[in-house]
Amino acid sequence: MPLLSLDDVTLRYSSSGTAAVDRLSLAVEPGEVLALLGPSGCGKTTTLRLVAGFERPNSGSVTLEGRTLASPGAFVPPEQRSVGMVFQDYALFPHLSVVENVAFGLTAMPRQEARARASNMLKLFGLEGFESRMPHALSGGQQQRVALARALAPGPRVLLLDEPFSSLDSALRASTRMEVRRVLKSLGATVMLVTHDQQEAMAFADRLVVMRAGQVEQVGTPEAVYATPRTAFVAYFLGGTNLLPGVGFGNGARTLLGILPVSGAPAKGNVLLSLRPEAMRLVPDTDGVALGGALRAEVLAREFQGPSAEFTVACNGLELTVRGAPDLPLRAGDRARLEVVGRAMVLEDIPD
Amino acid sequence: MIRRAPVGLWVAGVAMAALALVPAIYLCVRAAEADADAWGLLLRDKTWGLLGRTLGLAAAVTGCAALLSLPLAWLTARTDLPGRRLWTVLLCVPLAVPTFVSGYVLLAAFGVGGALEEPLTRWGLPVPPVYGFPGALLALTVSTYPYFFLALRAGLQSQDPAWLEGARSLGLTPARAFFRITVPLLRPAFASGALLVGLYVLSDFGAVALVQYDAFSRAIYVQYEGAYDRSYAALLGLALVSVTVGVLALELWLRGRAGYHRSAKGAARASSPVLLGRWRVPALLLCGAVVAVGVGLPVGVLVYWGVQGLSVDSGPMMGPAWNSVSASMLGAVAAVVGALPLAFLAVRYPSRLTVALERVSYAGYALPPIVLALSLVFLGVQAVPFLYGTLVMLVLAYVVRFLPQAVGVVRASLLQLNPHLPEAAASLGQPPSGVLRRVTAPLLRPGLLAGAALVFLTAMKELPATLLLAPIGFETLATRVWGATAEGRFAEAALPALVLMAVSTLGVGLLVSQEGGSSPS
Repeated sequence: MPLLSLDDVTLRYSSSGTAAVDRLSLAVEPGEVLALLGPSGCGKTTTLRLVAGFERPNSGSVTLEGRTLASPGAFVPPEQRSVGMVFQDYALFPHLSVVENVAFGLTAMPRQEARARASNMLKLFGLEGFESRMPHALSGGQQQRVALARALAPGPRVLLLDEPFSSLDSALRASTRMEVRRVLKSLGATVMLVTHDQQEAMAFADRLVVMRAGQVEQVGTPEAVYATPRTAFVAYFLGGTNLLPGVGFGNGARTLLGILPVSGAPAKGNVLLSLRPEAMRLVPDTDGVALGGALRAEVLAREFQGPSAEFTVACNGLELTVRGAPDLPLRAGDRARLEVVGRAMVLEDIPD
Repeated sequence: MIRRAPVGLWVAGVAMAALALVPAIYLCVRAAEADADAWGLLLRDKTWGLLGRTLGLAAAVTGCAALLSLPLAWLTARTDLPGRRLWTVLLCVPLAVPTFVSGYVLLAAFGVGGALEEPLTRWGLPVPPVYGFPGALLALTVSTYPYFFLALRAGLQSQDPAWLEGARSLGLTPARAFFRITVPLLRPAFASGALLVGLYVLSDFGAVALVQYDAFSRAIYVQYEGAYDRSYAALLGLALVSVTVGVLALELWLRGRAGYHRSAKGAARASSPVLLGRWRVPALLLCGAVVAVGVGLPVGVLVYWGVQGLSVDSGPMMGPAWNSVSASMLGAVAAVVGALPLAFLAVRYPSRLTVALERVSYAGYALPPIVLALSLVFLGVQAVPFLYGTLVMLVLAYVVRFLPQAVGVVRASLLQLNPHLPEAAASLGQPPSGVLRRVTAPLLRPGLLAGAALVFLTAMKELPATLLLAPIGFETLATRVWGATAEGRFAEAALPALVLMAVSTLGVGLLVSQEGGSSPS
């Protein structure tokens, strides 16, 4: 049984406007880290705020451990939900010290005990010695860890993270992400986070929920969603892709790049295919070297990205993005040969 | 969404908005009761004369202040003028001089029996005319040009240097670029400066009345003091309000829809200052002359008469000082407490209705103080005679008058309060009362105290409402300065005026430091 579930939840900010969250259903299993991923305005932060109790759904219900938090007839206020929240700007209380911030939610305990527990939480996040500092005297990374410790201290049933790593600079982000995930996993915390950064979502979460216009587009493990995107939107949002129309016949499809092996939904009739940039290979077109199955292509642009390079090529009337080795000696204007080495995915979208 | 405000908050907010509206409404009622004779009086030539003189003075002061401020703002914001920061502060000091003190300074310097009148005559030098239009123009220009100066300076500083550089690279000389780029882009600053100065002049009572220039506010006072039928005063008040509202409407209409924002993101670079070269000395002379008139003259006159006052018996000071402090203190606390529900509703539960309530509370600003006081006098006499002539009436007047200021400060501190903080407290298990006690209240406290201090310091130098509504025998520092100056007893007015100037300087300093906190200088 899921720990937290949203069933058919709809929220409109104005009675006439479009729904920010539109008949959304999703479930979070105990101990799992679930990421809501999508472009800005897709309703992911609103979903988080519905779970926290800062927004009230127009219809549908939110249930935590069998207890109804929100439904048309009932509403549990945020302070009675046992739901922890870490805000994007951390929202540390500026008038309280670090340890007072962390002990803020421990009102049921005697003072001494609360302080001890707060200190323990700080230690867990590597912040011993910072107890009496004021929030403004901390770095961004430290503030983030204080916010996490504060939200976790009262022992919430679910922890909500709103774009938790977006305010950190990119050098710090990857290491913080790994460290925070380690601590959360060691505590067995159930976590729901919101992000627009696909890399962050794939690295941090056990499962992804890709959202679009207030609705769920696809749910699954990062590996599964990346490997088998259901729609062009998901394929684009997770890693980027090439879209090409084709005519399917079971496990293959006829396209402008020839006959390609496909997976995903069975291909029949006119289909739209997703071909990842790494599913193709480029080699310089040196005369006299015949390559079986390779197509002639012209390099239009090259973008160096460090560990790899991304080439835009024209091939059989298509413009394709191909990932290649950074030392591949191809520049704009060069001729090349292109080979499809991976599988194309059949998408649910109808080709136009 | 949790967007429904508690009923208690609504009740308090509506009550405060109603209180703010009462004087305006009552003025209309009173005017409607006026008989045909009074209306006949209003429509005769004398009223048109008043209108012409009032608008003429407002236009002249606005024009003079603009002409004076543009070079000063440019010199202090864009050039290598030596001591730019010090000049900026000194040029703003006249903000701290209440207009009736400006009027006093003029009369006590150049008026009959003034400190400089006799020496100037002895050396055969002309004595500047201080009564009537020239006096009012001088006193009000000196008192109000800093508004223009600050608006233009802010406008100049917010301009992206890239605009000017773009104009130069397109072949414009520095002078042409100034008039084709810098000045046109200052249009919003000119508009806001002109509005501030214009409204200030329209509603001014102190300077106009002391130099005996027959503008609306003085005529209303004279009519109130002297005439048996006060309906005519009410009609005059209504006429002045119409002019004020007309100016506000004109400004709204004129306000261009063009946005003068920087187009690029990121911090604007500071432009490299214009080198004055041989213009440095004239520039310094201009700044020096303005500071001499705006700061040197008042300080000199006050010190001169203050020393004179030591030898004559200038009456007890402690009584009026205590009266000023206590009435202003009560007004400040009441205004801030009254502002809380309005600001809370508008910031936390924004809707057309709550924003309208907040706007309504600005009615006290649109009403010139002399008119506000007059309306409250009528109201006191007719509706609540048991309150009329008591301190309650005066405090009420302060609340209505300074409510906009208080709402502004409370609103600003509420807006600065990150809405995630109360939410974080709630998600950590605090009920609404705990959120208020442990998070919202401690974080708002400094803002509320600053707001109360601001209202207190402004109320200390309030004249017209105090003059009309103070209990009999309740003399404040402001009414002491007024009374003594009107009778030519300059020495007696010097010490209270000096105290008021000091108090007022504190208030301006507080205002500037508050604004400095929210915007980069």
